[in-house]
Amino acid sequence: MAAKTRQTRQAAVIGGNRIPFARANGKYARASNLDMLTATLDGLVARYGLAGERLGEVVAGAVLKHSRDFNLTREAVLGSRLAPSTPAYDVQQACGTGLEAAIAVSNKIRLGQIESGVAGGVDTASDAPIAVNEDLRRILVALNGARSASARLKLLGKLRPGQIVPEIPQNSEPRTGLSMGEHAAITAKEWGVSREAQDELAAASHRHLAAAYDRGFFDDLVTPYLGVTRDDNLRPDSSVEKLAKLKPVFGRGEDATMTAGNSTPLTDGSALVLLGSDEWAAEHKLPVLAHFVDAETAAVDYVHGRDGLLTAPVYAVPRLLERNGLTLQDFDFYEIHEAFASTVLATLKAWEDPAFSKERLGLDSPLGSIDRSRLNVNGSSLAAGHPFAATGGRIVASLAKALHEKGSGRGLISICAAGGQGVVAILEAVK
Amino acid sequence: MSNDRLRDFSNTGIAGRLGVPRVPLLRRHEPGRPLLPGPALVSAVGAGRFAKPIGALVEESGQSVVESAGEDKLAAVVLDLTAAASLADLAAAQQILTPAVRKIAPSGRLLVLGPEPAEASTGEAAAVAQALDGLVRSIGKELRAGATANLLVVAADALPAAVDSSVRFFLSARSAYVDGQVVHVGVPVGAPQDPVGMDDPIDPDRPLAGRVAVVTGAARGIGAAIADTLARDGASIVAVDIPAAGENLAKVANRTAGVALQLDITAADAPERLLGHLRERHGGVDLVVHNAGITRDKLLANMDAARWDSVLAVNLAAQLRINDALLTDETVLREAGRIVCVSSQSGIAGNRGQTNYAASKAGIIGMVRAYAPRFAERGATINAVAPGFIETEMTQKMPLGTREAGRRVNSLRQGGLPVDVAETIGWLGQSSSGGVNGQVVRVCGQSILGA
Ligand SMILES: NC(=O)c1ccc[n+]([C@@H]2O[C@H](COP(=O)([O-])OP(=O)(O)OC[C@H]3O[C@@H](n4cnc5c(N)ncnc54)[C@H](O)[C@@H]3O)[C@@H](O)[C@H]2O)c1
Repeated sequence: MAAKTRQTRQAAVIGGNRIPFARANGKYARASNLDMLTATLDGLVARYGLAGERLGEVVAGAVLKHSRDFNLTREAVLGSRLAPSTPAYDVQQACGTGLEAAIAVSNKIRLGQIESGVAGGVDTASDAPIAVNEDLRRILVALNGARSASARLKLLGKLRPGQIVPEIPQNSEPRTGLSMGEHAAITAKEWGVSREAQDELAAASHRHLAAAYDRGFFDDLVTPYLGVTRDDNLRPDSSVEKLAKLKPVFGRGEDATMTAGNSTPLTDGSALVLLGSDEWAAEHKLPVLAHFVDAETAAVDYVHGRDGLLTAPVYAVPRLLERNGLTLQDFDFYEIHEAFASTVLATLKAWEDPAFSKERLGLDSPLGSIDRSRLNVNGSSLAAGHPFAATGGRIVASLAKALHEKGSGRGLISICAAGGQGVVAILEAVK
Repeated sequence: MSNDRLRDFSNTGIAGRLGVPRVPLLRRHEPGRPLLPGPALVSAVGAGRFAKPIGALVEESGQSVVESAGEDKLAAVVLDLTAAASLADLAAAQQILTPAVRKIAPSGRLLVLGPEPAEASTGEAAAVAQALDGLVRSIGKELRAGATANLLVVAADALPAAVDSSVRFFLSARSAYVDGQVVHVGVPVGAPQDPVGMDDPIDPDRPLAGRVAVVTGAARGIGAAIADTLARDGASIVAVDIPAAGENLAKVANRTAGVALQLDITAADAPERLLGHLRERHGGVDLVVHNAGITRDKLLANMDAARWDSVLAVNLAAQLRINDALLTDETVLREAGRIVCVSSQSGIAGNRGQTNYAASKAGIIGMVRAYAPRFAERGATINAVAPGFIETEMTQKMPLGTREAGRRVNSLRQGGLPVDVAETIGWLGQSSSGGVNGQVVRVCGQSILGA
């Protein structure tokens, strides 16, 4: 017999901290991932009185990452007020990074391997890592290894102006060459997602986020950074009428429904959540906002198969519900990451579609529709912006707080990610 | 921090030769330093009951005590006049004080303890008690080189332990910018405590150890200094400021190993959120410092409702609501709780262009006096500190002329530092300061404004 199976316990979401998200090449143009992550960690430390404290683990990541940041999260810990004896590691799963980090930390807590941890992520599209082009890189590597001056001279002689052209990271899929927006446009067309529906979702996102700020919902979730006090993509006066005036940027002709208004902009920012065992929270007189119940990841073959790039959550959610004996309607809050308004709407349509549910999801009946008044109630990525790896931390903390305010119920998180992946999770209020 | 160029220049050789009057460098508290840097004269007229314990306190702190002025410079002069009841007693006091003030060292301390005039049994005794007020305030104006003079008016039934924390404060470098003040000390509020130093000795370097202190407006300026100072003295800090100030607030919270609470104190649910936080995260609170304050200056003739309302909302209404909540709630404000409200010299003297601000700051004084007996029933106290000209970002932005004038019109001929306000709050915040309630202590270097 193997070792005794350990009794698992609950992992608690205690709270979170993020910096306001800022549109790329704007207010945070000079901030690095390390700067932002460290500031976010320090804000979390301040909110929960953790200065000098050793936590079980800090797990975070970035999607756009400089090679010098190979140990990004550990460096952030060392630069923060946490005890330097707090271990850390990096994860990366595209836009799923932040949520995947929270899953990793909560799993260790549930297994009793750690008592507390911090999870999340950071991204900057302003300070993106620029690489030298492949030709130049080869010469520079050889130069570094050359033993004699003459060998070095010979290599330098090979330099050509064309080699100076840098490689800037592309927001496109390596295997299809299509941008994420172009992929999303294909899915939008496939599901017949209308322009009006997308604009309505976008307007609601702005309205909800602005209302949440106004009622002080973010007072203990956000710490200002570099003078920015609110997400600067937020347009409190956004409306369907205003959004309707924007020109489409993805798709072609009549099917071109996706605009800059109903797609998320490139954004800089960082978000973290504080997790712990119930006992650790109690010992530190910290609140338990919600329990991290379960999570599931899925991936689709968007390269050769029929599935859209951002549709993996469509597959992940039914598996998660099945395992937990729940239906799609058993939730009080739905947090479906708004990569594009059309992504959210196509996901909902897929769950409502009997044929799709039967053929592709293998379900006898579709998951059905959700009560739309429970969707992204405090705003989501269309309004806040979407610094890729930061989105998971933003959502987990906000949802946990919403559940705490309600005092009961459950929330479902669904995040789509590049590479045809999806990460989904369930949080539950603490009674 | 020194942006007082005149003070720095006046302490150079050239300035001396030019006859520029010297602006003294004030001695300020540093942890680990002794209470006094030199010997103290401790004396009494008649049967004063405080001279002996105060002498013991000085000796215990490592300094010698003399009974009359001799050759040596005196770091402090303490005169117990609590038994003075006649003009003859007053004359005796003059005989002791005259040679003593000549020997007071730079940044020296003159502290007089006198009887409560209202408790005097004869007209002469009342007159003598009140005379000390004029005497001490005048000494304050005569002393040079950063020396201060203050008066503790002690109730007849107050034991020596009741004045202990106040005596320590006024003798120490912590009271650097508190000058010409008259503070009344009564029987400490709340359940009778063991005489200080008997059962549970207070570490003079960490007199706030184990106490939870909330400071509003803690992200910068005086509030940040209060947080730093209270933390240095051992308190756990809950640093409160508006969400927009959160970036700095986090820095203050982290450097004091405290907690940041982003909260607009004018929000409708602010008292509830603040008390909830204190209850759940800290199990209660021992010291509440109402420091957050704003100015929206305009001559009354040009005053609009928005300017008026915003100043009154932050500076006064928010404090009233939080104090009410602290009084009503049974679970948050602990035994020996202390409330300290930051008023202002403008609230005492008035200030052109500051009708709204001065009204709010004077209002604080009225509030403190009215609430004092109610907090006393809970074993708690409420007091106000009224800063004069304090060197902050705010005063640095004043026009040079106004700034220079503001700085010099006091006995110490300079502006105070945020830490001076903070030290005063630290004294009032101690559990052993229960004898001081409903008082207004100015931190103004004995400013001539409103005095
Ligand atoms: N600087 C002086 O010379 C002086 C003199 C007399 C009195 N004071 C008083 O001292 C106190 C501190 O003054 P300062 O010079 O440090 O000012 P400051 O402006 O530097 O700091 C005041 C702090 O209060 C915060 N604050 C404002 N409104 C708030 C609200 N609604 N909720 C929470 N926090 C809020 C601000 O964000 C700021 O951080 C004030 O009450 C002021 O009136 C100052």
